[in-house]
Amino acid sequence: MRASDLLHPRPEGLYCPPGDFFIDPVRPVDRALVTHGHSDHARSGHRSVLATQQTLDIMGLRYGEDFAGTTQAAQLGETIVLNGVSVSFHPAGHVLGSAQISVEHQGTRIVASGDYKRRKDATCAPFEPIQCDVFITEATFGLPVFRHPPDTEEITRLLKSAAQFPERSHLVGAYALGKAQRVMRLLRDAGYDRPLYIHGALAKLSEYYQSQGIDLGTLEPATVEGGGQDFAGAIVVGPPSAFADRWARRFPDPISCFASGWMRIRQRAKQGGVELPLIISDHADWDELTATIKETGAEEIWVTHGREEALVRWCELEGIAARPLHLVGYEDEGD
Amino acid sequence: MNRFAELLDRLVLTPSRNGKLTLLTDYFRSVEDPDRGLALAAITGDLNIAAVKPAMLRTLVTERMDPVLFGYSYDYVGDLAETVSLVWPQTPGNIPNREPTLGEVVAKLQAASRSDGPKVLAGLLDSAGISARFAIIKLVTGGLRIGVSARLAKQALADFGTVDVTEIEELWHGLSPPYTTLFAWLEGKAEKPRNTALALFRPVMLSNPLSDGDLEKLDPVDYAAEWKWDGIRVQAVAEGGIRRLYSRTGDDVSGAFPDLADAMHFSATLDGELLVGDPREATGTFSDLQQRLNRKTVTSKMQQQYPAFMRCYDLLQIGDEDLRALPFRERRGRLETFVKTLDPSRFDLSPFVDFTDWQALEEMRRAPPHPIVEGVMLKRWDSAYVAGRPKGPWFKWKRDPHTVDAVLMYAQRGHGKRSSFYSDYTFGVWSGAEGEEELVPVGKAYFGFTDEELKQIDKYVRDNTVERFGPVRSVRADRDNGLVLEVAFEGLNRSTRHKSGVAMRFPRISRLRWDKPANEADRIETLQALLDR
Repeated sequence: MRASDLLHPRPEGLYCPPGDFFIDPVRPVDRALVTHGHSDHARSGHRSVLATQQTLDIMGLRYGEDFAGTTQAAQLGETIVLNGVSVSFHPAGHVLGSAQISVEHQGTRIVASGDYKRRKDATCAPFEPIQCDVFITEATFGLPVFRHPPDTEEITRLLKSAAQFPERSHLVGAYALGKAQRVMRLLRDAGYDRPLYIHGALAKLSEYYQSQGIDLGTLEPATVEGGGQDFAGAIVVGPPSAFADRWARRFPDPISCFASGWMRIRQRAKQGGVELPLIISDHADWDELTATIKETGAEEIWVTHGREEALVRWCELEGIAARPLHLVGYEDEGD
Repeated sequence: MNRFAELLDRLVLTPSRNGKLTLLTDYFRSVEDPDRGLALAAITGDLNIAAVKPAMLRTLVTERMDPVLFGYSYDYVGDLAETVSLVWPQTPGNIPNREPTLGEVVAKLQAASRSDGPKVLAGLLDSAGISARFAIIKLVTGGLRIGVSARLAKQALADFGTVDVTEIEELWHGLSPPYTTLFAWLEGKAEKPRNTALALFRPVMLSNPLSDGDLEKLDPVDYAAEWKWDGIRVQAVAEGGIRRLYSRTGDDVSGAFPDLADAMHFSATLDGELLVGDPREATGTFSDLQQRLNRKTVTSKMQQQYPAFMRCYDLLQIGDEDLRALPFRERRGRLETFVKTLDPSRFDLSPFVDFTDWQALEEMRRAPPHPIVEGVMLKRWDSAYVAGRPKGPWFKWKRDPHTVDAVLMYAQRGHGKRSSFYSDYTFGVWSGAEGEEELVPVGKAYFGFTDEELKQIDKYVRDNTVERFGPVRSVRADRDNGLVLEVAFEGLNRSTRHKSGVAMRFPRISRLRWDKPANEADRIETLQALLDR
């Protein structure tokens, strides 16, 4: 069968007509397969959701236990048949619980990557390349300028700055699911053993990570209850939006840091008032995107959310058929 | 190279002066010779490397990658040096086991001829990682643009060696990269370098502003008064055929004022104010002087239209004789005799302001005889000429600032301590015909208010936001709504860069006028009238 008959975009999201299900739908549907727990991919209100247990847990934490009519946990690597279509989940290396979804019917296999990265990350299972006919790749960082440095180097710069400016606090902006926990874990792996202070928005998810056996060390709320707490020399982790907020006033002369792949571009850091950009991303960079495309052996590439044109151009130069898949509703800025 | 690259990256994003000083001193402490000295020279603009043109850089990179992909990348990033540093293809297996040091990079670039320059650059880029590539490209395209002045770099050296910055300034022009003797002295490993170069800078003596109550303690007979001219404080040094004009921080500005430098037929060190015009006829305004500032080259037409001259304040050295320890009265006498020997179209004497009591001087200060006078100077007759800003011997007594009532239009978030506050304000005044008035921005200010007032304005900004653009918010401001700010400023220049046609000097918020309706704020004509005076 033609690949576009097996999966194609609809306003609700990527739809599989023979299987009658959606992948990462942005509007409520009957049956949703969800790659990972970031809010633009995992929405509440579907009648049934199939996802990894960790993704289901994360959705429950974010939306409450009744986020969907029914739920089913997918085991990694196990095939589930939905209306004659074989579906399996495989680790994507993006955040805890994240998975690529393989959809196979009548000899055609399409792998929807969701969001993915290739770097080692102690907070989630590593990406596994799956052989397929069509690979749907994300392109958040689909430009040759995006080349992420080793995350350990970035953490070293953060620790160096913390030592250089002991009288100031370092506020690390990091998304609440995945990035924040990865940054904390990297700090621990680098030998930082003082308490880390976290914004309230991170508490539940970080606790969940800890319950899944990912050691983040001592986390304390970055509150001033009881008064007089001095955050001089502290490393504080919180969602980036909080640092522009009045919440940030409790910290002494803070250095604003932001952990994101976007920090590769100096102007992005400058515009955001970021003093110490940390180039740490949960998405594949340019070299990883192109290497992954080759590894999957796919004859055709569909490119979604991000800078599609450059990756399509690269595929053309490599003689691989490619086209942008115009899906709506995903955050281009997600990292 | 990586440490230098990291320093550049940190400096460009660190807004606070103290933060920059810490980064610089830590760098000097942790990096060895000659790299730290070369980095210093790169920052102060004293590193001599043959430049590579941006077009050449583009050619080099598109020979190595698909031009379409390069085009997408450049469009996205917007900065050529940064784009090239990021997309430069690294051949696997061709990565050297260590990155080149700054010293090695500089040596290779300095040894390159014009014709093999691009090839040498490409080789260096092949051998470096992303950050280092960016730094290398910045070195060869000139202009680091990292927000660090030569003055700040010298302050960092002073902090590093715990010496006074005037000592660095005095030594500076006799030294050259990589400044090994300087660092050895600052680290306490060697004697202070001895300066044998000619026509060196002498650290300038500065004054303190007169505060409330100061005058009551001062006796008019102890002080001489001069007008405070609002030009550029310069030091003219000629010795052994070398002629130099220094700014008050010791930067060599001779190149921008060749007309004045050529007239320095003497062997002496003079302190004075650089102005434009012909001192025998008329002194130009600050707007006239501005025509001569910040230019790399000066046309002869420019030199004719706005000739530079020096209004002399003091004489520090004549021939081999150092006069700095003498009392001001004596130096002034020597100066008066000396100025008579100079070209009268290029040098004149700063006249005294005669006064008998403070009241009389106060009246003259309020009504100065020329728009380029910004107040009066008081100098103790017995004061020696000493470096820095000693408290007591010299005072500046400035004219009162101008004020205007303007309406807050935009607010931008601050940095560091102020990163959660909207603390930088763009304000405007009314223009246009009656019934069609609109606000035209006339300036930006980020100080002058108390912490409590900052909180109040921040709340006002958050409650009255109309639009957001990144860290900037536009604030509701129309005839019926708006926060009126009383803005104080020192002067007004014509500006072709601003829509309003004016640019304020040293604007700050002097009062919050919560009581004043927005439509009663000033009009642009009020400011234009100041320009035409």
